[in-house]
Amino acid sequence: MQILQLEGTEDTPRIFLDKSKNIFEISGRSLPEDAAEFYKPIIQWLSDYAKDPNPSTELIIKLEYFNTASSKLILDVLSKLEEIKNSKVIWYYYEEDEDMKEAGEEFSELVDVPFEYKTY
Amino acid sequence: MALVAYLFKQKPMKYIYEIQKIMSSKNLMLVYEGEFTQEITKSVLSMAERNLETKGEEMTIKRKVFNVMVECLQNICKHADSHDNEHEKEAVFMIGKEDNNYIITSGNFISNDNVESLKEKLDHINSLDKEGLKNLYKELIKNNELSDRGGAGLGFVDIARKSGSKLEYDFERINDNISFFSFKTSIPITKE
Repeated sequence: MQILQLEGTEDTPRIFLDKSKNIFEISGRSLPEDAAEFYKPIIQWLSDYAKDPNPSTELIIKLEYFNTASSKLILDVLSKLEEIKNSKVIWYYYEEDEDMKEAGEEFSELVDVPFEYKTY
Repeated sequence: MALVAYLFKQKPMKYIYEIQKIMSSKNLMLVYEGEFTQEITKSVLSMAERNLETKGEEMTIKRKVFNVMVECLQNICKHADSHDNEHEKEAVFMIGKEDNNYIITSGNFISNDNVESLKEKLDHINSLDKEGLKNLYKELIKNNELSDRGGAGLGFVDIARKSGSKLEYDFERINDNISFFSFKTSIPITKE
């Protein structure tokens, strides 16, 4: 399966989705105006991956900022994991950033996927 | 700004000093007036961010201010598209400090047809407490309707949550078609 890799920019996150290395990561800033357009290939990649996933999948989400337009799409990404057996979200937040911690907890209440929280 | 216009007529160069005085007395760090696009948004954000860094602002406050700025600026971008008139696409965005708060203000033209529904949305948000806002936020992202007109006010809900303050607003009727919408958010600098 093709690797999906996108370098981060000042308003879009870095994406690294690699089935063979078993690394799945979204990090940086997510502030695009057209979030649907940006997340489309990511959601498509995960849909394809869900058909034949690895024995376990850990999606790392390490965001500094995300806008409300992205939040709906992040929820879509997380919902994709519901279709994948043995999947889990590793939600990173800057240790004093209560807002980001809370955002992770709220997403975890909206999807049926286990979350693990880590600080940096 | 009537004073500035008057001075401009009397003493053409004087308005520069007047603007400097207003900005300084209001503690304004950044003012942008003109058309808003995602490119402009990015520039304004990076300038404001550098400004906050120079001031050595605490990370958590900096992030709150940044988040509120993003939602305000993107709200303006979205609404600018709905105007045909070039002048009506123009808006103003300011960030400053007042007492112990960062103040983020914006002003843009909106169609009179949208005033009532926007006012209702803002009043509803202001009537909710922390828990109520959280529930509304979850409700709105779950319903996942990617409306291109401001995502059913998700941005405003987020601003209310991040700032922890009531949203302040005003509508000034310009003519039969449009009003000027002023919007203000305060972010307390001292942590709760």
